[in-house]
Amino acid sequence: MLGKIKWANIYLWFVFILLYLPIFFLIIYSFNAGDVMQGWSGFSWKHYGELFADTRIIEIVVNTFLIAILSSLLASVIGTAGALYIYNLKQPLAKNVLLSLNNVLLVSPDVIIGASFLILFTVLGFSLGFTSVLLSHIAFSIPIVVLMVLPRLQEMNQSLVASAKDLGANNWQMLSRVVLPVISPGILAGFFMAFTYSLDDFAVTFFVTGNGFSTLSVEVYSRARQGVSLEINALSAMMFIVSLLMVIAYYIISTRAAKNKKRGAQMMLAATEGL
Amino acid sequence: MKKLLLGLVAILLVVGALFGTQQYLAAQTGSDTSSDKVLNLYNWGDYLDPDLMTKFTKETGYKISYETFDSNEAMYTKIKQGGTSYDLTVPSDYMIQKMKRENLLLPLDHSKLTGLKNYDPRFMNLSFDRNNKYSLPYFWGTLGIIYNDKYVNGKDIQHWDDLWSPKFKNQIMLVDSARDALAVALITQHKSVNDKSTADLAAAQAKLEAMMPNVKAVIADEIKMYMAQNEAGIAVTYSGEAAEAIDNNPHLHYVVPSEGSNLWFDNIVMPKTAKHKAAAYAFLNFMSEPKNAAQNAEYIGYATPNAKAKALLPKAVRNDRQFYPDDQTISRLQVYDDLGQVWTEKYNDAFLEFKMSHH
Amino acid sequence: MMSKRKQQRQLFYLVPYGAWLLLFVIAPLVLLLFQSLTTQDGHFTLANYAIYFGSGTYLLMTFNSVWYAFLITLITLVISYPMAYLLNQLKRKQFWLLLIILPTWINLLLKTYAFIGLLSKSGTVNNFLGLWGIVPQQLLFSNWSFLLVAAYIEIPFMILPIFNSLAEIDPRLAQASRDLGANKWQTLWRVTMPLSMSGVKAGIQAVFIPSLSLFMITRLIGGNRVITLGTAIEEHFLVTQNWRLGSTIGVILIVAMVITMILTRDRGRQSSRKRG
Repeated sequence: MLGKIKWANIYLWFVFILLYLPIFFLIIYSFNAGDVMQGWSGFSWKHYGELFADTRIIEIVVNTFLIAILSSLLASVIGTAGALYIYNLKQPLAKNVLLSLNNVLLVSPDVIIGASFLILFTVLGFSLGFTSVLLSHIAFSIPIVVLMVLPRLQEMNQSLVASAKDLGANNWQMLSRVVLPVISPGILAGFFMAFTYSLDDFAVTFFVTGNGFSTLSVEVYSRARQGVSLEINALSAMMFIVSLLMVIAYYIISTRAAKNKKRGAQMMLAATEGL
Repeated sequence: MKKLLLGLVAILLVVGALFGTQQYLAAQTGSDTSSDKVLNLYNWGDYLDPDLMTKFTKETGYKISYETFDSNEAMYTKIKQGGTSYDLTVPSDYMIQKMKRENLLLPLDHSKLTGLKNYDPRFMNLSFDRNNKYSLPYFWGTLGIIYNDKYVNGKDIQHWDDLWSPKFKNQIMLVDSARDALAVALITQHKSVNDKSTADLAAAQAKLEAMMPNVKAVIADEIKMYMAQNEAGIAVTYSGEAAEAIDNNPHLHYVVPSEGSNLWFDNIVMPKTAKHKAAAYAFLNFMSEPKNAAQNAEYIGYATPNAKAKALLPKAVRNDRQFYPDDQTISRLQVYDDLGQVWTEKYNDAFLEFKMSHH
Repeated sequence: MMSKRKQQRQLFYLVPYGAWLLLFVIAPLVLLLFQSLTTQDGHFTLANYAIYFGSGTYLLMTFNSVWYAFLITLITLVISYPMAYLLNQLKRKQFWLLLIILPTWINLLLKTYAFIGLLSKSGTVNNFLGLWGIVPQQLLFSNWSFLLVAAYIEIPFMILPIFNSLAEIDPRLAQASRDLGANKWQTLWRVTMPLSMSGVKAGIQAVFIPSLSLFMITRLIGGNRVITLGTAIEEHFLVTQNWRLGSTIGVILIVAMVITMILTRDRGRQSSRKRG
């Protein structure tokens, strides 16, 4: 028994090291006094200095986050509306058709989404830049939110809805007092997933960007081909630290919540499910 | 519900803060394309000395928003698509011809240009743009072979046909450009680089496919970095890329095969969509000034068409036959013509099929 | 019979969602199909499909592309299933799961870029091999490096759905199996694995589909020596300007996707993950 557990641990460590090796590699070289990711020439903070002096890259990071937050916010609103609409449909056929259409963007490879949106924007004569990227990110995030919210609606207690109706609640009261509180973990999970998708997207943005607007992945793609300076490593290191802090904070908050109520763990699962 | 609302407020606050920062930074870097004091320059990657950008802003007050492309075709796509509003861009010869034909360019008002007399007449009034109605020369150069004397003996690689030698298995980095790769194959078969015969093109494609075992990668901008880092023995690329790689690695050498090659010109043009014309003319005149053109040429490593700027360059650079070939060599070089829509597509498809061909 | 109130409510929901469906799902699909079926001057043609199916190169490329996607999926599955299983047995498993998710928050281009430094001829891996007296190997620009980097990028997206499906299994089932005399491996094989198939299917979908279109990795790590369907579409749209042929490949890819989806259909909740 002991032997088996050890093998299991070795495997776990192996995969974790594999997952983090490239990231730590980037971070270590961000402190290299030299200018390339080959050969160590001593410790230095200079690439962090370069990073903070490079207003273009900072602007791009800000753009990337702005697009991610705005798109996931709007996608959450529209996606929740979509889920409610689908949920309220009585005809199974209409429901299935809508669900299939909803999933089209989820199962299409990103190049196709990017290419078809590029045709769309061209046909509409729409200018490429911030707005086209934002619209595209909203568009590919909506189906995720729908898929996160719909199961919550299906689990909703019907008698709760019925009694609210009996008590004469109007549409808005029904929504804000009864439905939204029940489905809010789903909306939250959808929001975070949309956020992750948007931050991570490269292909769609690559197709629909223009006029000097760029997100982090597109910028790294074009810089990676010219022999990037190590300030990109410094940026990776900072992004990693921020993500790590977010994970730790999230873990602490949710375990505290779990101690108070048992719901915390559920919320956590909701946020990670289906990723 | 309360929590949801609270979350919403928090998110909106973050959005507000980010938006504020973005506006502030945009004003700093000049990427706010709507502003008047901006020049939207669409250029090849790393094709303008950053110090000159700062100097330009200081002298004229216009900030440069610099966006890059990595092939003439990619640049053409974004401009043709119409969703962009670049003020200046830098296509090569054949692409200028094509854009001109498709009415994508604005004619230049010569009365607003102050530096015309600085240019070498050899680079003015060329076939792709008579009387420089639409374009001003920026750089010129050749297509050739870089080799690393640590891996390859220089004597073995003086001609295009040497690229097919079984000695160089998996050693060659080929430039990711349909016209250039096919030009190499066409020249070895004694055809024009502007050949418009289906049989010749098919033969060139077949010849290229035969080179595949020697090809290590088909890439573009990164060639100079990899060559400088001794990643490969041989690369087919442009003269200026070679110059920059040689600067960083003395083992590298550049050859223009004597049987001929491509001679190309990158000129600055103003796309139809230009919105900041005053800024564009300011930039054209700024780059015509010998001092600036010379500084740029030293930084980039390509050959400058500005005669007065060339005179300012160090003698060793000026007389380097690798990058300023003599007239006799130039006479054997060929310039690309615009092939027209149908043939451009055929060249592109042939090259893509070459890349897809199995190795 | 719908009450007026309910109709109002449904309309209120439909307007934003329906607008999205029309503009960003139906319109792009129709446009893609239209592009693939027209000539340059807008006449109907099947020529693009003829080029695709008539040229051995395109078919071979498609086959290769599917083959590579299959290999990537297989490699990630083989690594991820035991990982998800073992993670599920840990105390504080949610914490460890977050550590699996964390690398996905680092932009995938940044991770790809790290591999360029690791794998190049004078890079870290070769230096490490050099310590053992091994001469520098050609690692970058090979089929192996492409598979390695693609699998690396996809692993978390395979672990997550499998982990979730394992976590949903009632632990009493495994207990019951043990009580009935099955050993640990039999329990795993007969009880746990079948019950986690929905997660495996979701994971396969989540990895296979994006693997067909990883054009930036074929470019940066594969040096364009591996051309996938994604690369071909990207080239046709952004470089060669042949949108019609690019759309044709796109339509064929979508049809292939639909077939894959039907084959791996899961009655339960479907979730999938895509990136380019």
